[in-house]
Amino acid sequence: MHYHWDLAMVLADTDRWWHGIGITLLYSVATVAGGIVIGVFCGLALLGQKRWITLPLEGYVEIFRCTPLLIQIVWFYYALPILLNFSLPAWLAAGLGLTLYMGAFCTEIFRAGVMSIGRGQWQAGRALGMTYAQLMRRIVLPQAVRRMIPPLVNQSITQLKNTALLYVVAVPDLMYTSSIITAETYRPLEVYTSAAAIYFIMLYPLTLFAKRLETRVDR
Amino acid sequence: MTGNDTRHRPMVEVTDLVKNYGSVPAVRGVSLGVARGEVVVLIGPSGCGKSTLLRCVHLLEEPTSGTIRVGAQEISFGGGGKALAGRRLAAYRSRIGMVFQHFELFPHMTALQNVMEGPVTVKRIDRRAASELGRGLLANVGLAGKEESYPAQLSGGQAQRVAIARALAMSPEVMLFDEVTSALDPELVGEVLAVMRQLGEDGTTMIVVTHEIAFARDIADHVLFMDAGVIAEHGPADEVLARPANPRTRAFLSRFHHAGALRSAG
Repeated sequence: MHYHWDLAMVLADTDRWWHGIGITLLYSVATVAGGIVIGVFCGLALLGQKRWITLPLEGYVEIFRCTPLLIQIVWFYYALPILLNFSLPAWLAAGLGLTLYMGAFCTEIFRAGVMSIGRGQWQAGRALGMTYAQLMRRIVLPQAVRRMIPPLVNQSITQLKNTALLYVVAVPDLMYTSSIITAETYRPLEVYTSAAAIYFIMLYPLTLFAKRLETRVDR
Repeated sequence: MTGNDTRHRPMVEVTDLVKNYGSVPAVRGVSLGVARGEVVVLIGPSGCGKSTLLRCVHLLEEPTSGTIRVGAQEISFGGGGKALAGRRLAAYRSRIGMVFQHFELFPHMTALQNVMEGPVTVKRIDRRAASELGRGLLANVGLAGKEESYPAQLSGGQAQRVAIARALAMSPEVMLFDEVTSALDPELVGEVLAVMRQLGEDGTTMIVVTHEIAFARDIADHVLFMDAGVIAEHGPADEVLARPANPRTRAFLSRFHHAGALRSAG
């Protein structure tokens, strides 16, 4: 096979590549942050006993965990407007899908983190006369947060890759930008290889970081 | 000491306490009183309800019915709804010290921070004063120099002594000990019992659940033998342990005689 690689040609428009990388990072950071906020509130609420609170929240978590993210994004963009009678802009529909998806996983991570703190620790705090809020703040959360960090980092890595689904609603992230450049240059090999390499360069350090965190928690 | 002691008002008084788990009875109508400075030891076979009774006194479990009085505060249960909740429940618990079988030290805090945690967070005592208090208590349980150690760096015996100091830091009106040596290696049991013996001699009001019969004879003013959720026999330690009247007490204690546990007493 004699294929003549021409990376220079596909990478020439550096501004556009940087713009795509910027959108990808922006969506990753914003939807991870939004997801963590959702996770903290829903996770805390799920620890309670009131079924009229926990039941709908469990429903939310399971629906978003058990349906493909691709369908969620497409649904918010194409289907929801029919119910609402007005359409969401693509950037918002996609952002909403990504954030709620991340939020569902964060809720589980948060809930599981708190649940992983044994009954004995709760009782030891109660035995000292702590209120629920004091117990959470002083005893449970400091221990639980340490255990939540590795799964949160892993979920964030997944989330950055998931932003490539912005492609389907034409938000110009790294993936969508690659498809446009491909259409213009007829060089899919160079373009998609470059895009993959860029994703790899962004994520590989994060996976190393996650591994280090896990070994530290084990200690 | 059970029953109605009219001469002086006990520090802790439990009346007709019942605890059911669903339809399963764990404690079936227990009454007892503990005078100020008295050491009461609860013995009995596994599952007899002695730990449940202790946890009920601390309200880590809500009794099904009955009355508990600690100091001036009397609480009745079984009237529907929770007898105590929220801040009032927390305030009640802060007056009672509890030491657990598995220590339950806070692993993210040093030994000193563990001891300071109650005074600082619950009593809102100034950190400097709490630190001084904590260092003093750690020294009292023989752990001077271990202030900055984390629980993972301590032996079981050391950890349990930190847990005792942590409970004492709240200046509780009564100390409860729930099988505090059961999870320890045999060679570490002595150091924990020595601390408890000292507390008893210093006049701490204590209720002790234990399987250490020799220790019970040594430290207890009164011994209660629980069986199947009721107090089957009670009285001065010498009487109950040396000359048990109840055949079930005799059967229970005979296992310890055979094991030679009593011979090591003293």
